[in-house]
Amino acid sequence: MATATRIPPEVLARYEPVIGLEVHVQLLTASKIFCGCSTSFGAPPNSNVCPVCLGLPGALPVLNRKAVEFAALAALALGCQVRETSSFARKNYFYPDLPKGYQISQYDQPLAEHGAIEITSGEGRKKVGITRLHLEEDAGKSLHDGFAESATSTCLDLNRAGTPLAEIVSEPEISSPDEAFEYLTRLKEIILFTGVSDCNMEEGSLRCDANVSVRRKGAKEFGAKVEVKNVNSFRFIREALAYEIERQVEALESGEKVVQETRLYHAAEGKTFSMRSKEQAHDYRYFPDPDLQPLVVDAAWQAEIRKQLPELPEALRARLVAQYGITEYDAGVLSASRSLAQQFEAAARSAKNPKRVANLVQSELMGRLKARDLSIEQSPITMRGVAMSADLAEAGTISSKMLKDLYDHAFATGEDFAAVYEREKPQQLSDASAIEKVIEDVMAANPQQVEQYRAGKTTVKAFFVGQVMKATKGQANPAMVNELLDKKLAG
Amino acid sequence: MDPTVLTVESTRVAIQEKQFSATALVEALHARIERDDTHAWLTHPPERALAQAAAIDKLADKGGPLPPLAGVPIGIKDVILTRGLRTTAGSKVLQHFFPPYDATAVARLEAAGAIVMGKTNCDEFAMGSSNENSAYGVVKNPHDKARVPGGSSGGSAAAVANGTAVAALGSDTGGSIRQPAAFCGIVGLMPSYGRVSRYGLIAFASSLDRIGPMTRSVKDAALILQHIAGHDPLDSTCANVPVPDYAAEIGKPVKGLKVGVPKEYFAEGLDDDVRASVEAATEKIHQLGCEVVPISLPHTKYAIPTYYVLATAEASSNLARYDGVRYGFRIKDAKTLTEMYRRTRDEGFGYEVKRRIMLGTYVLSAGYYDAYYLKAQRVRTLLSRDFDAAFAKVDAIVTPTTPTAAFKLGEKAENPLAMYLADIYTVTGNLAGVPAIAVPCGKTKTGLPIGLQIFARRFDEPTLLRLGHAYEHARGAF
Repeated sequence: MATATRIPPEVLARYEPVIGLEVHVQLLTASKIFCGCSTSFGAPPNSNVCPVCLGLPGALPVLNRKAVEFAALAALALGCQVRETSSFARKNYFYPDLPKGYQISQYDQPLAEHGAIEITSGEGRKKVGITRLHLEEDAGKSLHDGFAESATSTCLDLNRAGTPLAEIVSEPEISSPDEAFEYLTRLKEIILFTGVSDCNMEEGSLRCDANVSVRRKGAKEFGAKVEVKNVNSFRFIREALAYEIERQVEALESGEKVVQETRLYHAAEGKTFSMRSKEQAHDYRYFPDPDLQPLVVDAAWQAEIRKQLPELPEALRARLVAQYGITEYDAGVLSASRSLAQQFEAAARSAKNPKRVANLVQSELMGRLKARDLSIEQSPITMRGVAMSADLAEAGTISSKMLKDLYDHAFATGEDFAAVYEREKPQQLSDASAIEKVIEDVMAANPQQVEQYRAGKTTVKAFFVGQVMKATKGQANPAMVNELLDKKLAG
Repeated sequence: MDPTVLTVESTRVAIQEKQFSATALVEALHARIERDDTHAWLTHPPERALAQAAAIDKLADKGGPLPPLAGVPIGIKDVILTRGLRTTAGSKVLQHFFPPYDATAVARLEAAGAIVMGKTNCDEFAMGSSNENSAYGVVKNPHDKARVPGGSSGGSAAAVANGTAVAALGSDTGGSIRQPAAFCGIVGLMPSYGRVSRYGLIAFASSLDRIGPMTRSVKDAALILQHIAGHDPLDSTCANVPVPDYAAEIGKPVKGLKVGVPKEYFAEGLDDDVRASVEAATEKIHQLGCEVVPISLPHTKYAIPTYYVLATAEASSNLARYDGVRYGFRIKDAKTLTEMYRRTRDEGFGYEVKRRIMLGTYVLSAGYYDAYYLKAQRVRTLLSRDFDAAFAKVDAIVTPTTPTAAFKLGEKAENPLAMYLADIYTVTGNLAGVPAIAVPCGKTKTGLPIGLQIFARRFDEPTLLRLGHAYEHARGAF
């Protein structure tokens, strides 16, 4: 990671960073927030536009009810209180991709307030407060390349103008770049669970600005705040914050002042650069938008929205651990997405022994995924495949050795378990007389162990099972082996 | 056919009874527009009007009943969008703007059979009280061509007064329908806020703007309102309140109505002829069996400053979209984006518009917002409460529409404050959200029209129209 300087850790330790994050997520409504245009990504430029989102004279905004529901659902998932009455305000500034010369947003009466996200930090668990979640419209896009006139002109694509956004503002309660990373990870996970956004940073459906200042440990006053913009991954946020903290500490250590300003992060260089100072900052001249009525989300509507609230990641993980006896780590992996957790649970429920499904995921699937650096979504063996293998093992149709071989095969060919099993279905030895013959041979070769068993040390049976399976190259029917061994060993 | 005396009803009946065809009427009016020396019209290509006239004539030939506004030629103020028909808002910044859609009010008029004759001149972005702020030249008052027609709907008022349209749509943000109606001797109705959709009205001050009819009689105003009023899903501020049958309502008796006369509207600055004429009208209303009582609207004196803070604040934001980026005027050869913005807006907007944008930007700025915008919002609430308190006691309020009759062209052009005071009796209605109508009530000694103003409760257009109609008939011709 690039850093401004090499500040000795003991110097850095004298300071405390104060970080607040502003996250914008695009809401997955079919139409825009104030008109009926489609929000689909990747349409030809300026094809999803109308008088309203083009900012034509005389056009007026009409609020999309679905956008309110999506934002309120996200707010509830983040533990916010949804205001019964919120209002829209105009944020005034000139920019070519902003058709009306103002953005319709919410200012002094946001949709929701007072939420929190629980994160893991170095010292354990901590809550980061969420100041507010409000609704606003997205701007269009300036396109600087790829057109015949690009050398002399900038082109505009206003398809995105009017896409609904939820802006989620944290309290300045984040104390390190790692905590910021963790906060964003948890935030994204929760939003994904609600299904109101795909949080795709590459497509810009999740964007983050960071406010960061440093102060001497124990100081009550905040230091001068720097806003870091243009950071397009969580990893870069962490890097940008680390850089920025060191830069500010270095300034203070050398007796300079930190200038309140907006800075841009350049990922390639790992550095932030000044974009505009406080003096150049916009005066947005917020005032209530007279074209829109106050937004009322009354108790009945809130209750209706609350009904759509899914089990959230934190609760889901706790339940998976309790219900299936898996580790917290594996519960974390299985709850990577709501759909994965649903697939897992559906598979577990469909299997004869749900715990065996959980065990197989834990003992057989995870390690193979890790070894190949695959995410669980990329696993060749689906949850349905795991459930099938669990049932086969449960019935004794395949031994654990065979199961491992089949899993290896599936990972080698990229096929799901069912396909591999159908083709490679091992010819199991289920002929009682043949198994008896093997057992007799094993017993004859190990008279000492037979005596131990007959003297009451019945645990030796496992040794015989192993020997029989080895002798049959794992193909003997385990249930029959067990049954026949009991009979033979009993004498 | 005498187009200067046609009304909504007489036009429809004449076409129905084949006294003349809609096409002949459009052609006759078009010829009059070509000869018009008041400059009431900005854009009037005949195609759209002739197509609608042909459709009406076809219906008339079949002999069936015609739609209620059949064949009524209407002028549309140039701040109201008309699909494919140039709409400039009286501004250079929109000199070549051809809207891709119709305002809801326009679409509803055409659906009721009315004929869009063209676009009428107005003050730039409806900002003005004399029509001298149009980028396309002043409009002259048909009663005295050395005088202003009033503004900002001066072209609409002049068109109805000079017989180039039977009715017109205007817009009223601080008096822009009523004041020119009074100056030109016609009827001007500002409906309640939320009664008529603003969709397609180029915004000046969104919380104050209204579209309304300008006509030769109160009944015509009622008949036009009937078709433009009502809920519109495209305008969130348009109320979902049932639309009464206004034509039936105006026939009801006015006897027993309580009518308030606010003393603050008869104070210093009121011209003697206007005062005498309005007092005579009040006496006439008394004779009709209404109980006339003195009332007070105590915060009236704060109305003008309150209005100019709020209206300009909203305007500074509403006019930000005219930036040269997507449509409208753009300066050539700008080197940077900032230069393009600055010069486009500097050359695209006229003085008065720029004055108001600057004023509005100032009152919304950090550090000034509380002292100006927020305080003005509070005063607006007090002004509304004045009306609420008054309407707890009376059914209607009568006042002069303007302090004077039409003034001379150029008389106030260099003095914005004097110009702003021309709206002193009208801005209160916009701030309070109530409806108001201007009805001719006499003439000055020099023969200039004078207008009586009537206010009613919000959405009580029936009382407003009823009283105006009864007075109009009692008054007789003058």
